[in-house]
Amino acid sequence: MSAQIILATAADGLAKLDNYVKAGGYQALRKVLTEKMSADAIIAEVKASGLRGRGGAGFPTGLKWSFMPKNYDGVKYLVCNSDEGEPGTCKDRDILRYNPHVLIEGMAIAAYTMSVKAGYNYIHGEIFEAYEVMEAACEEARKAGYLGKNILGFDFEFDLHNHMGYGAYVCGEETALLESIEGKKGQPRFKPPFPASFGLYGKPTTINNTETFASIPYIICEGGQKFAELGVPNSGGIKLFSISGHVNNPGNFELPMGTPFKKLLELAGGVRNGHKLKAVIPGGSSMPVLPAEIMMDVNLDYDSLQKAGSYLGSGAVIVMDETTCMVKALERLSYFYFEESCGQCTPCREGTGWLYRIIHRIEHGEGKPEDLDLLLSLCDNIAGRTVCALGDAAAWPVQGMLKHFRKEFEYHIEHKRCLV
Amino acid sequence: MLSQQIITLIDKELKKYPADQRQSAVMAALRFVQDEKGWIAPDDMSDIAEYLGMPQMAVFEVATFYHMYNLKPMGQYTLTVCTNLSCQLCGSGDTLEHLHKRLGIGLGEVTANGKYGIREGECMGACVDAPMFSINNKQLCGRLTNEKIDQILAELDKQ
Amino acid sequence: MINIEIDGIKIQTENGATVIEAAHLAGIAIPHFCYHKKLSIAANCRMCLVQVEKAPKPLPACATPVAEGMKVFTHSEQAVKAQKGVMEFLLVNHPLDCPICDQGGECMLQDMSVGYGGGNSRYHEEKRVVLGKDLGPLVSAEEMSRCINCTRCVRFLQEVAGQMELGQAFRGEHAEVMSFVSGTINSELSGNVIDLCPVGALTSKPFRYKARSWELSRRRSVSAHDSLGSGLAVHTKNNRVLRVLPIENEAINECWLSDKDRFAYEGLNSSERLTKPMIKKDGQWQEVPWQVALEFAANGMRHLANGAGAEQIGALATANSTLEELYLLQKMMRGIGSDNVDFRLRQSDFSTDGKQQGAPWLGMSIADVGQADRLLIVGSFLRKDHPVLAARIRRAVRKGAQANIIHSADDDLLMPLANKAIVAPDAIVETLAQIAKAVAAKQTDGIAGSLSSGQRVVVLLGNFAQQHPQAAQIQALAQQIAAATNGKFGFLGEAANSVGGYLAQATPSAKGLNAASMLAAPRKAYLLLNVEAELDCANPQQAIAAMQAADLVIALSAYKHHATEYADVLLPIAPYLETSGTFVSCEGRVQSFKGAVKPQGEARPAWKVLRVLGNLLKVEGFEFDSSEAVRDEAIGGMDIAAKLNNASPATAQSAIPTPQSSGLQRVSDVPIYATDAVVRRSAPLQATADAALPQVWLHSDELKKLGVQAGETVNVSQGQGSVKLLAAADDKLPKGVVRVATGHAATAALGAMFGTISVERA
Ligand SMILES: Cc1cc2nc3c(=O)[nH]c(=O)nc-3n(C[C@H](O)[C@H](O)[C@H](O)COP(=O)(O)O)c2cc1C
Ligand code: SF4
Ligand code: FES
Repeated sequence: MSAQIILATAADGLAKLDNYVKAGGYQALRKVLTEKMSADAIIAEVKASGLRGRGGAGFPTGLKWSFMPKNYDGVKYLVCNSDEGEPGTCKDRDILRYNPHVLIEGMAIAAYTMSVKAGYNYIHGEIFEAYEVMEAACEEARKAGYLGKNILGFDFEFDLHNHMGYGAYVCGEETALLESIEGKKGQPRFKPPFPASFGLYGKPTTINNTETFASIPYIICEGGQKFAELGVPNSGGIKLFSISGHVNNPGNFELPMGTPFKKLLELAGGVRNGHKLKAVIPGGSSMPVLPAEIMMDVNLDYDSLQKAGSYLGSGAVIVMDETTCMVKALERLSYFYFEESCGQCTPCREGTGWLYRIIHRIEHGEGKPEDLDLLLSLCDNIAGRTVCALGDAAAWPVQGMLKHFRKEFEYHIEHKRCLV
Repeated sequence: MLSQQIITLIDKELKKYPADQRQSAVMAALRFVQDEKGWIAPDDMSDIAEYLGMPQMAVFEVATFYHMYNLKPMGQYTLTVCTNLSCQLCGSGDTLEHLHKRLGIGLGEVTANGKYGIREGECMGACVDAPMFSINNKQLCGRLTNEKIDQILAELDKQ
Repeated sequence: MINIEIDGIKIQTENGATVIEAAHLAGIAIPHFCYHKKLSIAANCRMCLVQVEKAPKPLPACATPVAEGMKVFTHSEQAVKAQKGVMEFLLVNHPLDCPICDQGGECMLQDMSVGYGGGNSRYHEEKRVVLGKDLGPLVSAEEMSRCINCTRCVRFLQEVAGQMELGQAFRGEHAEVMSFVSGTINSELSGNVIDLCPVGALTSKPFRYKARSWELSRRRSVSAHDSLGSGLAVHTKNNRVLRVLPIENEAINECWLSDKDRFAYEGLNSSERLTKPMIKKDGQWQEVPWQVALEFAANGMRHLANGAGAEQIGALATANSTLEELYLLQKMMRGIGSDNVDFRLRQSDFSTDGKQQGAPWLGMSIADVGQADRLLIVGSFLRKDHPVLAARIRRAVRKGAQANIIHSADDDLLMPLANKAIVAPDAIVETLAQIAKAVAAKQTDGIAGSLSSGQRVVVLLGNFAQQHPQAAQIQALAQQIAAATNGKFGFLGEAANSVGGYLAQATPSAKGLNAASMLAAPRKAYLLLNVEAELDCANPQQAIAAMQAADLVIALSAYKHHATEYADVLLPIAPYLETSGTFVSCEGRVQSFKGAVKPQGEARPAWKVLRVLGNLLKVEGFEFDSSEAVRDEAIGGMDIAAKLNNASPATAQSAIPTPQSSGLQRVSDVPIYATDAVVRRSAPLQATADAALPQVWLHSDELKKLGVQAGETVNVSQGQGSVKLLAAADDKLPKGVVRVATGHAATAALGAMFGTISVERA
């Protein structure tokens, strides 16, 4: 394996099976099969690693796997969520196109653990090139006996197929994603029942993020403990961070959990053109924004960010410098949730448009002083009242902005123009 | 009528899913039609419904739910510009402005010769390459500058 | 059972129930829009949010399962705040046009906004505009801006009606309930979406702008069309029926109505209504006072009875006539010495007459049909003949029941079938015999295997089977199969009073003639009750010839129909909803009703007309002062269970006659909106796709043999008559058959519903 655990570049050539195997790939799968590791042992290892779901919610992966019904005869499914579409997030794309086999291997191990024979990888429609790499990688793996029947000569069967999305952020929500694989529009399902009992085609299903699965081979090879120790307590291991926006060198970085934001900013070449940092959205667009003063002292892990008033989310860091108009930034984000609401829940369907229209008015010099409290009241009425968390995702950025940059909004309303 | 080429592609896609879940291939089927014709007409949806054994309305729901499907002709080359936050911060406004100047069309429009259309896109999951657009949903072009856009258009003009 | 507490009230409820179900059982109302007890749970409107102890956020009561010890608060601060918040969102894009909205006064949104809405709207942005849609002649979708996207209509059509004719297209705020490419919705159950729509988005097209809900008087009635006995709430204003809604009864129609039951009332207001008695004098029709017309009729009958003999008089009635009408009709006929009376106009095999031990009926309750785990349906256009019952069977199938069908056409029943045998009419008996044999031989596959593996088997004969020339054989074999699988057996019944006609004794005894014989051996006089001879009889050609040849035809009719060409006197009678009476449904449910409106013009309830005729003819025992009195004499108290009996009179013949196919065989259906005089005149029903002009359907191989292209006009002939119709291909039809509808003016010149028919290029 390359120096990095998951992240690779085109230059590494790992998308070719040969290279991946040469670099030590598929050792974890081989180990699991040769040693006939029990499901319990694998799950114990994953629990020990402290791995939490990398899709944004941070749910402990070992625990999730333990929810799958065990002595169950019927068909079960494993699904990978590569529908990365949360603004700012673009880490899974690099896994798919530069290191697809680490995902396949991770999924195969998960499938072995949960006795699943069929899996789907749901890929964001906008990254067709990554889909093509995945299709080729699966085909190569199938030919070489890493997928299919009798994997590596053992009595273990698992096949993986790629399913392409086509332009719906909400399909990143796990049950909308399942609906989408079933050939329907991507409207999230009410839970319960949870996918572990009623998932794809109504069968027990486990869904994890791409990066979550991709972390598994290391955990199996090196042990959960070692992975956990890479990070900090309650935030085990390494994590991919996508840093975009106003930085000189935007990109994906694989860093230990708990790395100071300052360090990441440095790696990204600092704020562009020597500008001053103004604010950062630390975990993908749905997470509340934090102003520079707070951000510069924060470490990138679940607890630190929560304490600072935001969340680690998907690990996507959007950097905004002093030239950024917060009203305009929020207007764009609100437009996003308005456009992406699936439309089933009243508060989200009606509320996201209302939020957007108010912010749009403010941005265009037609704001009214009472608008800001109205926005907060609407956020209250949306968050926690919907089938899926898109409702919350629409409310949080508004709440975050008004918490830290209310003055700028007031200025906009009063002077009908930007502060910046 | 679905072309033989599309049928072949759909059949290949169908192998991914359980035999009694033909509907799972609907998204791919719509994509194949769009790849071939540039957009999806109601008749195509009916054909797909029939081929996959699902209600026409269910196909229509899918075609109208996912935003990358073109429900009207969008030019030989549809340029979908991401305008979401990371791209906005990095100048997607300028990208649009430049395209508008070069092609003489705005969002949702097609050039008179039917060669180009521009659509607005949501986050493409490639934010570190902002600003960007995709060509026919197949190829992402990132870190766009006016010069780079001109180069790309010059290439496409030749085709 | 599970113990929970709602608003401090302790409730015991079933495990697996939802909070809203538990609350409703306990009489606690929780506001809701998308939830409907008969539909799948969508949990999208979020109106039913309640507080649940220990839950961090309010939960939707419609989708949250109960759990032991759960404490629910429907009126706590958190709950009310959530509900009010949702209400505000529901109203932001909803046009506040209650004063002109057809739903005004019966709108769930309007009602709830009174309870949960804020005073002034905080919404000052632009409102969404959704374009109206044209969904066809029954359901108006002009005002789709009012839609709150609860998707009840979408789910109903998919789950209950069985076909996804509506969907929610686009997404987010752009989401719109619509049909594919703006097509019409053609389900025979489509009108139910009007009731389901909690706002004024989907409304009744015929009722639109006719009245405000509070101006309407409401009367109960019973469906006069199919045999289910659906309950009708008849809404009237100024002595006019303006709309019909279902009366909910879980045991009968649940909360549904077929479009036929819902919109047939429009036929009452047809311009063809006969509103004055008329006599034909010197070939000219004249309006005359009742007394004159009645005496004319009575004298004519008396004259014939005294001269040619009473057996020269025949009486025919439809099975949509009331029990009272049928009873008085036969009593009068018998009183003047004729035993020629029948209501089974489309039947062709009467070989079991005189051998039956009671009235043929469903043989079980309607609810039993829904409980079946295996069904065999023989000879039925199920969806069109029994739309609401078909929905019940569809639900059983969804829950795992296996439906099997034997029939001569393969119309889509919109439910998966376990097995089907689609054969020509003359092969139905043979097919059944084979299945009977296979059941006896314990065969494990096919229809026999399906039935044998069931716990609750139901075998049903449809209209087609009952009309079949070998109906008795079909019955005997079907009963044999039912007995061998410990199943129940019954008849679906063609019309509202198919059972009641027997109880009214409106069938001939041994010395009388049945409907077919009366027409085959023409009488000198006919008395017609509700009958359109060329549309309601098994052999229209024969029926019309008999009428034309008769010396005297007395027509009791609500309409001026074709009888003007052959009748001598027309007596205007009150159709359903204008008369009191009784129908006995397929399951033997006796349901009496009052008239909802007064008869139009000088029309009179037929039971009264018959009473006077009886008196004029001096028949004994015609002193009834109410329809109830007639009913009581007819069925002597309401308990009629003992009079229902399907016991097989004929044992199945051991040697089944081999099919004698020579030439093409006719398969005929009675189109759903051609079944009786009233629906034939309901303008909105006649504008539906189901009422399209009949075509001639053949397998495309047969078309090829005839050298005919689909879409070409062909000559179809039977006996002396022929008609020109368009040919159409249906490759699901068996070979050797021609499907042509009956009951329709366009095919009235043809002969029997079964038998040979020829088709050639026009
Ligand atoms: C609106 C919405 C969008 C989401 N988008 C993504 C996504 O793009 N990728 C992802 O992995 N998870 C996404 N999630 C989270 C998933 O629902 C789910 O929690 C996750 O895939 C589980 O995987 P993990 O446990 O490995 O994180 C999204 C959730 C919501 C509510
Ligand atoms: S919260 Fe929004 S996106 Fe999520 S299910 Fe409800 S309407 Fe759809
Ligand atoms: S009634 Fe529960 S969400 Fe609509």
